[in-house]
Amino acid sequence: MAEALGNPMIRMPSSAKKGDIVEVRSLIMNPMTTGLTKDKAGKVIPAHFIQTVTVTFNQKPLLDVDWSTAVSANPYLAFKMRAEESGTLEMTWKDNTNGTWSATAKITVS
Amino acid sequence: MKKVQRRQFLGTSATAVAVAAVAGSSLLRAGSAIAGNVAGWPAKAFDAKTLDQAMTDSIGKTNIPVSAKVILKAPTIAENGGSVPVTIEVDSPMTADDYISTVWLFVDHNPTPLASQFNFTPACGKAYIQERIKMAKTDNVRVVAKTNKGELMASAPKEVKVTIGGCGG
Repeated sequence: MAEALGNPMIRMPSSAKKGDIVEVRSLIMNPMTTGLTKDKAGKVIPAHFIQTVTVTFNQKPLLDVDWSTAVSANPYLAFKMRAEESGTLEMTWKDNTNGTWSATAKITVS
Repeated sequence: MKKVQRRQFLGTSATAVAVAAVAGSSLLRAGSAIAGNVAGWPAKAFDAKTLDQAMTDSIGKTNIPVSAKVILKAPTIAENGGSVPVTIEVDSPMTADDYISTVWLFVDHNPTPLASQFNFTPACGKAYIQERIKMAKTDNVRVVAKTNKGELMASAPKEVKVTIGGCGG
């Protein structure tokens, strides 16, 4: 079966009051295989997993995440951000097979 | 050791690979046979096979005082070790002068105990993370947090009873 890959999604409130702490939730499709398991034919399934998630807001660093193979398939990640100004949140996921995916979400802060 | 060397080599050549990858479609890139670690990914700590080694390679020490400021939530019983929800929250003002810079998440007896590393900035407002992890068997999960001043504090270890281990899938 071909594994679904990519399709990153971000859920974040579209507006907030200045100083509010908002929650950002994200999801991406990736098998997150460990390289320790075998398929039905006894062949080792190679490690294929997202290693880094980089989050910026208005191109300023917000959060950097490093992942191991212990993160579940199709990884979900939620974190918080203090709403200081309107702008764009960008997330970039990179895996160990040179896969790179990005997604953005906008917020209006009043 | 051979594996580590290969990873390190590919890490240094990541720029060249990235340039080559721009030409391909995202699907081709993702399915590429050329595997290599993402630049900056802490391979040594993630490859460590024991909790002590993983803590030494990531934090630099193993004996971290437990603090009530570090809150780790995980289910007491997880039917599926392949997807165990964990929530991490560290009490911190998250100002430019006083914030949590790094949080490490460990599963004591996983084949590689270091599960994740989170590098926060004051702009996060809260040192908070929610994700799902794999657990090989009934085990302790634990978190270590570091402030921007270098102060280390740990959560109490939280035992999760795993009915079906998460390493089969």
